[in-house]
Amino acid sequence: MSLVFAGVCSHAPGITGRAARAEAAPRDAFYAAFARMRAAIEASRPDAVIIIAAEHFANFFMHNMPAYAMGMADYYEGPIEDEAWLAIKRTRVPGHADLSKRLISSIMNEIDLSYCEEWKFDHGIMVPLHFLTPEFKTPIIPVNINCQGPPLTPLKRCWAFGKALRRACDEAPERIAIIGTGGISHWPATPDSGRINEPWDREFLARWAENNEAKLLSYSDQEIYREAGQGGFEIRTFVAVAAAAEGGKGEVWFYAPIPIFAVGCTIGVMALAA
Amino acid sequence: MSLYATQKLLYHLNREPQVQARFKADRAALLADYDLDPEERAAIEAGDIGLLYVFGVNGQILMHFAAACGMPWNDYLEAMREGVRRHGPVRAGIYAMVSSPDEKVAGA
Repeated sequence: MSLVFAGVCSHAPGITGRAARAEAAPRDAFYAAFARMRAAIEASRPDAVIIIAAEHFANFFMHNMPAYAMGMADYYEGPIEDEAWLAIKRTRVPGHADLSKRLISSIMNEIDLSYCEEWKFDHGIMVPLHFLTPEFKTPIIPVNINCQGPPLTPLKRCWAFGKALRRACDEAPERIAIIGTGGISHWPATPDSGRINEPWDREFLARWAENNEAKLLSYSDQEIYREAGQGGFEIRTFVAVAAAAEGGKGEVWFYAPIPIFAVGCTIGVMALAA
Repeated sequence: MSLYATQKLLYHLNREPQVQARFKADRAALLADYDLDPEERAAIEAGDIGLLYVFGVNGQILMHFAAACGMPWNDYLEAMREGVRRHGPVRAGIYAMVSSPDEKVAGA
């Protein structure tokens, strides 16, 4: 059947953990955009949701760091963080090992990715799921792109990964939703947490919505680090979703900097070309 | 300096309940399993977030460690600033501070 939904959203521990400290109007509008995205995902009736994330050392570390990894288990668990700090209870999340195995086998024709029969979700996956599949009944297939421990995979490889993922999904009979989750410009977990380069974010989102490969891949990591901080490396997840939806155009449903959440909060959906 | 070993211990501590239990029950024995120099060992034992930040511990690893230590968000941000004031700029990694030590960005 292939893809029935493609979108992107922010993740950040503050989105749930520091909710009470945010200004109410933008926070509630952001949550409403998440709810709209949840409704769109549910309307697409997915058999599984692939979440392309950029984790923060919940599973992967510099002793053996994969550029790309995909879960291949029947269940996962998360969050690894302190439950009160994140304001999300630890839970078991269903997976779909059989579909994972078929997707991984197919993607391996183009991309050497790691597979994982064990995976602990951190806020990078749990915060989006808390809003998008809050009952934790929809099977989830996690994907990670290393955006934390350089050397990082180049953007052009993220594009190739997204295309390979799409081709693999096209081969599967299941109805599959994909969600990319990452920040655009941000300096999370540093004393500069809350700094957001809004013009840079808006330019990036314009390129993402246009789904223009050349413009999306033209950023260098030096430029990203300078203008968008180390958090900006997570645009890799957005690039992969754009490639998976190549030929379709995006629509940004929500964007607003919310400093206490440490990120320009974003919800975007990509139309899937027939 | 063995920033790699420092981060590896914190990585294990952040994700493994058994390591968290050892950290509480017998911290010295746990730390002996990692190739740390005395300054690093002391910083971890004391929960010195500012110094660990200056060593170059990745912010995502450090943030989770601070949360596990029960450190409120504002105190975490201030501890990093204080670390830079005392010990100078971040020495390694990609989480260096870009504002001045006394600038407040958000939530602090």
